[in-house]
Amino acid sequence: MESLVMMLTVFVLAVFVGFEVISKVPPLLHTPLMSGSNAISGVTVLGAIIATGAAITSGMKWLGFVAVVLAMTNVVGGFAVTHRMLGMFRRKK
Amino acid sequence: MLNLLYLLAAVSFIFALKMLSSPKTAVAGNLTGAVGMLVAIVATLYAGGVVDFPTVLAGLALGSLFGLLLALFTPMTAMPEMVGLLNGFGGAASALVASAELVRVHHTPEESLGMVAIIAIALSLLIGWVTFTGSMVAFLRLREWILGGRPTLFPGQHWLNLALFLASVVAAVFLVQKPEVGTPFYVLSALAAVLGVGLTIPIGGADMPVVICLLNSYSGMAACTTGFVLNNNGLIISGSLVGASGIILTNIMCKAMNRSFTNVLFGGFGATVQEVAA
Repeated sequence: MESLVMMLTVFVLAVFVGFEVISKVPPLLHTPLMSGSNAISGVTVLGAIIATGAAITSGMKWLGFVAVVLAMTNVVGGFAVTHRMLGMFRRKK
Repeated sequence: MLNLLYLLAAVSFIFALKMLSSPKTAVAGNLTGAVGMLVAIVATLYAGGVVDFPTVLAGLALGSLFGLLLALFTPMTAMPEMVGLLNGFGGAASALVASAELVRVHHTPEESLGMVAIIAIALSLLIGWVTFTGSMVAFLRLREWILGGRPTLFPGQHWLNLALFLASVVAAVFLVQKPEVGTPFYVLSALAAVLGVGLTIPIGGADMPVVICLLNSYSGMAACTTGFVLNNNGLIISGSLVGASGIILTNIMCKAMNRSFTNVLFGGFGATVQEVAA
């Protein structure tokens, strides 16, 4: 119970920060911001690492492995794509 | 120690989102986010109870390679759909982590899942697979490999989506009552996958970026629910951060493109009317 309340506290506060952190965004930056936050949503890779690293059956190991690959593709691809997009804007100016 | 490093990562994610909102700091913001992610991953490898390092490291290396190749060889014009594709991967990963946890408990009968973890697994499967198939539809439509650019509409579409959603909730309730890899698990996963398609096909190509943004928010929520499954603060903070900021950004993008937020949220609700008007 204690840990649930802790987790809920963290969750609710993080939601508020999430709402507040995005305010005025120039339209030019909509896509890069979306792409950057998409990379951050690849944070599920942490869960994938934990699940794979502690796998007790080969089925679980494979599920975890695929999850790690997919999530890491999301993370690395996401940050790299964002970087490329931002680079394009810079050249245009 | 682990939670302290997660806090550091979360703070860098907050700064990343903030800095990405302004042209001057955007590049640095993106790098800040990447560094935060690196910290979180290394911390998890170090203190996350990982036993099987070869498999984990192989997965990380393979994923990094795929990610880099996709990012480097995608033409600039295809960026929105690339974000969609990557986002789908994240959603699928969350659903797979939830599945793996269900398998683990299946094989360790002495250990039972708490109610919170089970509900979180059900939510993670639902949101994760909706994100995955929804993102795939967005990707394929923007690539113009399927469906073309126009919305796919048919009579009773919204009722079908509603029915799919309610059926998923019923399957989720069954799963919560009997948390194992059985019929409710498969049915819930399949229904969620179909629902993702159903929610995304009524949206035309021009509105797809907004949908991708919404799906991005979903994948954040999916990551957050896996945090509740694994009792992991790093996932909960970062996931809910992206989930909440994604909703706000979706709203902002809707306003900029003169679209109705509710339309996008409920899969082109009222899109028929717009089509006639246009």
